[in-house]
Amino acid sequence: MNTFTKKRMRLMGMIRKESLQILRDPSSIAIAFVLPVILLLLFGYGVSLDAKGVRLATVVEQPDTNTTSLIGSFQQSEYFVPIVYNSIQEAEEALRSLKVDGIVWLRNDFSNRLLSRNNAPIGVYVNGVDANQARITEGYIQGVWQNWLLNYTHDQGQDLKIPVLLEPRIWFNAAVNSRYFLVPGLIAVIMTLIGAMLTSMVVAREWERGTMEALMVTPIHIREIVIGKLVPYFILGMGGMFLSVAMAVWLFDVPLRGSFWALTAASALFMMVALGMGLLISIVAKSQFVAGQVSIIVTFLPAFILSGFIFQISSMPDAIQFITHVIPARYFVAILQTLFLAGNIWPVILSNAAALLIMMFIFLGLVKRKARKQLD
Amino acid sequence: MESSIALELERVYKTFTTDNTIVNALDDISLHISSGKVTGLIGPDGAGKTTLMRLVTSLLVPDKGKITVLGINALQEPLRVQSSVGYMPQRFGLYEDLTIQENLNFYADLQGVALTDRKSRYQELMHLTGLTHFTNRLAGKLSGGMKQKLGLACTLVHPPRLLILDEPTVGVDPVSRRELWSIIYRQVKKEGMSVLLSTAYLDEAERCDEVILMHQGKRLGQGTPQFFSQPLRGRVFHVTSPSISKRSLSIRLNSVSGIIDAIIEGEKVRIVTESESLPNLSEIFPDHSDLSIEAAEPIFEDAFIATLKDSQTTVVQPKNTLSKTSRDHSTASDVVIDVENLTRKFGDFVAVNDVSFHVTRGEIFGLLGANGAGKSTTFRMLCGLLTVTKGTVRIAGLDLRHASAEARGRIGYMAQHFSLYINLTVEQNLKFFASAYGLSRAQKKERIDWAISAFELTSYRNSISADLPLGFKQRLAMAAALMHEPDILFLDEPTSGVDPLARREFWQRINTLAESGVTVLVTTHFMDEANYCDRLVIMADGKVLAEGAPAEMKNRFRHPDQPDPTMEDVFIELIESNQNPKEKVA
Repeated sequence: MNTFTKKRMRLMGMIRKESLQILRDPSSIAIAFVLPVILLLLFGYGVSLDAKGVRLATVVEQPDTNTTSLIGSFQQSEYFVPIVYNSIQEAEEALRSLKVDGIVWLRNDFSNRLLSRNNAPIGVYVNGVDANQARITEGYIQGVWQNWLLNYTHDQGQDLKIPVLLEPRIWFNAAVNSRYFLVPGLIAVIMTLIGAMLTSMVVAREWERGTMEALMVTPIHIREIVIGKLVPYFILGMGGMFLSVAMAVWLFDVPLRGSFWALTAASALFMMVALGMGLLISIVAKSQFVAGQVSIIVTFLPAFILSGFIFQISSMPDAIQFITHVIPARYFVAILQTLFLAGNIWPVILSNAAALLIMMFIFLGLVKRKARKQLD
Repeated sequence: MESSIALELERVYKTFTTDNTIVNALDDISLHISSGKVTGLIGPDGAGKTTLMRLVTSLLVPDKGKITVLGINALQEPLRVQSSVGYMPQRFGLYEDLTIQENLNFYADLQGVALTDRKSRYQELMHLTGLTHFTNRLAGKLSGGMKQKLGLACTLVHPPRLLILDEPTVGVDPVSRRELWSIIYRQVKKEGMSVLLSTAYLDEAERCDEVILMHQGKRLGQGTPQFFSQPLRGRVFHVTSPSISKRSLSIRLNSVSGIIDAIIEGEKVRIVTESESLPNLSEIFPDHSDLSIEAAEPIFEDAFIATLKDSQTTVVQPKNTLSKTSRDHSTASDVVIDVENLTRKFGDFVAVNDVSFHVTRGEIFGLLGANGAGKSTTFRMLCGLLTVTKGTVRIAGLDLRHASAEARGRIGYMAQHFSLYINLTVEQNLKFFASAYGLSRAQKKERIDWAISAFELTSYRNSISADLPLGFKQRLAMAAALMHEPDILFLDEPTSGVDPLARREFWQRINTLAESGVTVLVTTHFMDEANYCDRLVIMADGKVLAEGAPAEMKNRFRHPDQPDPTMEDVFIELIESNQNPKEKVA
């Protein structure tokens, strides 16, 4: 038997063994297939960053036709559920006890000032505990108010004297549905879980059970061990990816405007980066517990928080924005959101893919350098 | 390149650094082992046996020195070394979620065994290990002995020229142990294989062609087992007395100056003296003229103890202050632990199956069996840590189901692997356990002082428990279990992983405790430890195979071709006569 056959036999043996273990281990299947489904359902149905049904206290000190019409505008909006309070004190109390999320206060001089200057101030209070929600609520209130003012002045046969009037037009996600950008971004998180966390824990398990020590004192090369681990988990990760894409498109009706093949290629690239991180962690962490902790802190949480999956990178402080450049998920999330919502915008896709490619070479290069058949 | 030397180490050093302390794992080791022989690596815990094996297999790199394995320089060509030796680490990692066949296939793939050769090789190995009928069973579902045999089969799938085995028989039942040894010798004879193995069982040293004795990273000696034991000729004796129990005899003999070692062996006490002249025993036993002393054949174990006690600076001799001054000795037939038809199931698996026994006050009662026989499960039920599926347990007359808290207050429990807080100091651990048992401030102080002096922990009082030598951890764990002066002491595998020296010392303490009226229930997989028990049960597969005093049991299996059976012989015969016919080795 020549060396090539032996080499192939070792590699195939390694891949076969690893695949059998994946098939028999319920936790691998859970992380690769059950967890994605749970996360997708949770983020698809449960989490919404849109402000809908905001409970709004309305205080009208001197009701007349103008105030009734303005409050009516709030009532018609799908974003608000107005609740009438008789005094600002009562409304403030309600805000304090979290019965309402915001207050619109029309003082007793509202109509007078409106008539005299065509522009009466309204008092707005918003619960700012959740800053994001508060900003959105504030925007919506302003929108309703401006709209009403526009109609009012129009009815009066006048032009509104606001220096600049915004005419918003939203691209890519016209309905401003947060699900549309959450679900594609989630694919990055899921693939990080499979590639980095599952892989690092599986290798750590070999250390814990002593199988690694036995494995090392055989003719196998370290690169055969690495490739033997990469291949099955690559396939598993891509499986998780296709499942997520299928759910995104068919269950959540997220449009896939770009090329499916570009998506597959970008995912394969990111999968290699994630596997590289997983293997690198497993070189340091020799117990499943440590591997799990490290991969959550180093890969999963950054992919969640710093990738632009939920929180806009451009609105982060400069220092944090700088850090996001070393988070691979950031580039993949950009590709995912582009491919799903905008289409084949090649400059965006290719530049992010290039960043991923560089990271893949760095991580796998480090694995190649650091991995050796030794215990210390 | 085939030479008569399979392995050679020249002035090898290896140190490890942990938390600013440097440990000399191997300190100037030079040795060579010959081809076609079985060489045993023997030494107490921390002697450097595992480190040596990892250096030989190129898993570690020495700080200094030269290692030549089968003519290959291990430093220059580690992969070639790893390709030509067979290595089974301490816990041989079998893939528990793969079947026996899949494990074999995997190792055959790694070793490049040609597909055409596989069938006959598998058949041979399965036949040797008696696993033929179980090839489709998951490795995780095998007993400890079967796992170890499968591990050996995997390393032998492609016969290596040098086989390196790190404690292959630890925790394995005697039947499987015997089988493992016969497989090893067969390979040596048939394939001309060289074998290097380490073991914690001193009796196994006798089975090796050559023995290397190691201690604290140094090689103390190398030679045949007889080479070690012969110098002790004339210094080993058996002592018996019809009027003194073997236990109190051994306690007293241990305190005689001039006697290095006194242990219970069978129904006698075996002593090793410092010189060939027997010390004057009439001083210690003035009223007993019936002592009979006869010369005994020295064995490797005697040499081991004598050599190591020599090289140890402080002679550990437990003080006789363990016993409380006055203990209420009730009638001897007072049943303290009463177990009836005890059963515990985990799903479909019956871990403990209809077990009954009773223990009387002041007895040392043993639960003997291999790993996985159900000893620990039985124990946990006795301590009220596991609920009982069926049957009753009465501790000091209290039913555990109804008065578990009260019953537990009278129990001291030392769990397997010593449940200590390893980042606390010795004193902090003792304080914690004293508080956990609800002792008053004055009692606490008194008991801690007692524990420190009785277990000779003074010099370690403020040491972090994690840094203690294993034997001292064991002492501390036992002290912790005794903080509330329990009537009953449960010890779960107290000597597992502890070296022979510490084991001896430990049994001396137990003997002293029992003499003072404490009831001791102990589990062990060391067959020779059964002799320390007044009575015992032998367990296998969750069932009790036999109950009685060691002497009774041995009498039962005494026949012409086995005039003086050991506990191990008893165990093997019991297992073989009880074995499920299907599982019986073909």
